[in-house]
Amino acid sequence: MLPRPLALALLAVLAVVPMLGVFPPFWVTLADNIGLAALIAMGLVLLTGVGGMTSFGQAAFVGFGGYTTAYLTTVAGWSPWLSLPASMLVTGLAALILGLLTVRLAGHYLPLGTLAWGISLYYLFGRIDLLGRHDGISGIPAPTVFGHSLIEPRAMYPVIWGMVALAALATVNLLNSRTGRAIRALRGHAEMARSFGVDKARTKLLVFVYAALLAGVSGWLYAHLQRAVNPTPFGIIPGMEYLFMAVIGGAGQVGGAILGATVVIVLKDILQRVTPAIFGADLQFEAVVFGAVILATLQFARNGLWPRLAELFLAPPSPWTPTAAEPLPTRPPAPDAGGPLLVLDDVTKRFGGLTAVNTVSFSVGRGEIVALIGPNGAGKSTTFDLITGVQTLTSGSVAFDGVPFVDATPNAVAARGIGRTFQHTKLVADMSVLENVAIGAHQRGTSNAVSSILRLDRAEEARLLWEAQRQIERTGLAQYAATQAGALALGQQRIAEIARALALDPRLLLLDEPAAGLRHFEKVALAELLRGLKAEGMTVLLVEHDMGFVMGLVDRIVVLDFGSKIAEGRPEDIRTDPAVIEAYLGGVE
Amino acid sequence: MDSTILLFLLQDGVTNGAVYALLGFALVLVFTVTRVIFIPQGEFVAFGGLTYAALRAGKIPSTVPLLMILAGVALLAGLWARRRTWSNAAAAKDVALTLAMPVLVWLITRALGSASRPAAVDVLLTIAIVAPMGPYLYRFAFEPLAEASVLTLFIAAVAVHLGMTAMGLAFFGAEGLRAPPLIDGGITVGPLLVTGQSIAVYVTVLVLIIALWLLFGYTLPGKALRATAINRAGANLVGISTAMAGRVAYGLAAIIGAISGILIVPTTTLYYDSGFLVGMKGFVAAIVGGLASYPLTGLAAIAIGTAEAFSAFHASAYKEVIVFALVMPVLLLRSLGAGQSHDEEE
Repeated sequence: MLPRPLALALLAVLAVVPMLGVFPPFWVTLADNIGLAALIAMGLVLLTGVGGMTSFGQAAFVGFGGYTTAYLTTVAGWSPWLSLPASMLVTGLAALILGLLTVRLAGHYLPLGTLAWGISLYYLFGRIDLLGRHDGISGIPAPTVFGHSLIEPRAMYPVIWGMVALAALATVNLLNSRTGRAIRALRGHAEMARSFGVDKARTKLLVFVYAALLAGVSGWLYAHLQRAVNPTPFGIIPGMEYLFMAVIGGAGQVGGAILGATVVIVLKDILQRVTPAIFGADLQFEAVVFGAVILATLQFARNGLWPRLAELFLAPPSPWTPTAAEPLPTRPPAPDAGGPLLVLDDVTKRFGGLTAVNTVSFSVGRGEIVALIGPNGAGKSTTFDLITGVQTLTSGSVAFDGVPFVDATPNAVAARGIGRTFQHTKLVADMSVLENVAIGAHQRGTSNAVSSILRLDRAEEARLLWEAQRQIERTGLAQYAATQAGALALGQQRIAEIARALALDPRLLLLDEPAAGLRHFEKVALAELLRGLKAEGMTVLLVEHDMGFVMGLVDRIVVLDFGSKIAEGRPEDIRTDPAVIEAYLGGVE
Repeated sequence: MDSTILLFLLQDGVTNGAVYALLGFALVLVFTVTRVIFIPQGEFVAFGGLTYAALRAGKIPSTVPLLMILAGVALLAGLWARRRTWSNAAAAKDVALTLAMPVLVWLITRALGSASRPAAVDVLLTIAIVAPMGPYLYRFAFEPLAEASVLTLFIAAVAVHLGMTAMGLAFFGAEGLRAPPLIDGGITVGPLLVTGQSIAVYVTVLVLIIALWLLFGYTLPGKALRATAINRAGANLVGISTAMAGRVAYGLAAIIGAISGILIVPTTTLYYDSGFLVGMKGFVAAIVGGLASYPLTGLAAIAIGTAEAFSAFHASAYKEVIVFALVMPVLLLRSLGAGQSHDEEE
């Protein structure tokens, strides 16, 4: 087991070897190619492995980067170093335009979309006269450093791997930040992230453009290494190969991208040299073996090789507790407008001919705990969705602090200070409890992707994590702060969700069946926590099935049945209400 | 553009579109039954066309040894899956069942040699050679991943596509092949000459559509496939083997692919890798149909064939650019209708 800093130092020493004269030139070229591919695969780690968007079209962005510098340095006579920002700009703009369309695609339509524009752009590159049609552009100059030309693959090696190191650093910095947590929530938990103020479409677009920029830089390097470009390496097959690198390496981690690129390129090279000797020259057997390796990886190591290797050779990262930092600014106390905090007025929701919620009105007073109960299908969850902006109202209104919501979205609801939990807990399984809870504080921070990459966000980051730590301690989960959320028991997950909602600094806490699936002593602890919050002045609205849990805890109960309110009052009155008894137990004929 | 050209382009478009429609159906079938976005569908087209052309020329098609190899790999995968519940009898049955078909077609092809025979014999033989490839592929590539996510299956499909294309190059070489028309001559309707080849395409596509409709509507295996498509777990509970349903779906997809190849190869020279673009256009049609609706897929396929014919006439260099760029708006519209549930799949 190697400690991680030592492993990194070993890698750095290893990286110098190809620069020595004794290293065979053939292997230097191979190392250069690995670096070029690793850059693209690293983009895919973020896009596909972390963000959940599968792209077969990354090779097209390599093309944008490569063609831009090819054109500018040959026809317009620019210096290669000057054309690097131009290559990134063109790639970034292309990614922005394609991304605006692509990130809106749902589910498996997204990879299909990347396949479609990937094919389309490949043919386009081969048809444009300016770009030399199928022959491409040749005679691209090598970059020079202080008059020294980087014409040899050995001279390009430090440039390429320097870029890889920079990209790896930037990617790791980005992932371990406020924006990074939002990105890591995208795959499978985008709706949860939205209710804590994460802008889903913008975050997706950011990841898309970031991945494309890495591909564009790789394209710039490729053009100056080969000193010629043509459409072939920017087609859909190379695009698929880059994705495979990320999958084989392990699509979730930066190390996986470098490992995957190394494995695939070395394997392809060996196969290309070995198979003609065995099978004859015109047999492209490497693609067959290549396909087989992918299938085997999917069947036997679905998370890729990196996690397996890391488990064997790397010491796990040491657990870490945030240190005290200046507390985040709290929500300014609202001028006491008087009246209840939350008012539902004739709220109605129809799905086609079905009226799920029918003219329901009730209110939640400041500092109250109110329960919304009712049999299955009563419309509790729909009412909850209407308050949280997940569903839109058919008619009626929801007012918070005297101000009605207009076209409420989960983002807007979060901004007003409503924190929520989910009936089916939504924690990002491969993030620690601390990081999960920090998502709750997302909208209390302002740092963006650029400041995170440059590590200018550290002061704010410390405050965000300290806030998360405080909420974890407040809810009694301190011993689990460093645990992966996926390893928590259901009861602990529900508490972690409450801690996350509290990190939003909410004025109203909405809990969706918080006691469902909890064991008795966990329910007792949960009730204790909620009483404590009430004592601190928190207002709570909860949807619940468990009558025993509700009876001893809440101030008032609202009962729904078949979408309509049938009763409202103190627990002891509800218990004896004939309409409620009939709804729950059936009437006496 | 005068009316003759217009009619000619329309005929061309509808003929191509009819083939895309068939491929679109196969893709919808495979996706609904096994959740695989089946990129290698185009390989069946290329292999079907090349096999038919080779047979017409009196040669033994290279797909015969390819079929042997696929059968071998499928057999190994089957035996590997049995490793925990090994029994010699079951293993022997696997060997016999998996290897029977390739050995049979090998014997028949050899016996026929270069003797002259009617085209129908070659059509049937082509289908017999290509059809088993579907179940074999499913056996080793997709059945072990049956419970994986759509994206994992998609990546597996792309890997299979890469491998199959390379096999195609290995066995067929880089040379293209073309076959004589299925029906010579043609009939003149007003200003338009309808070629015998087009008539053969229309009739085949219609017959296939009716056959599929009968299969799904009136036979037990067809209904079992539909049940699996609608609800895998439910179908499994009432005793439908989802693995068997998958093999049947891939068999049908391979048959449809082979027939499409036979229909195309008299008008277009096919190469080992021609299938991909043809298959992708069937794909575009299937996507318009939401990977679920057969009638919508058929209509979309005709529209794509026509759009392709017209863009080939006006801007032939940009034909592929235009056809594939048209996919994005369709996908966007589809996504708007799909709602949120898609995104939350892990």
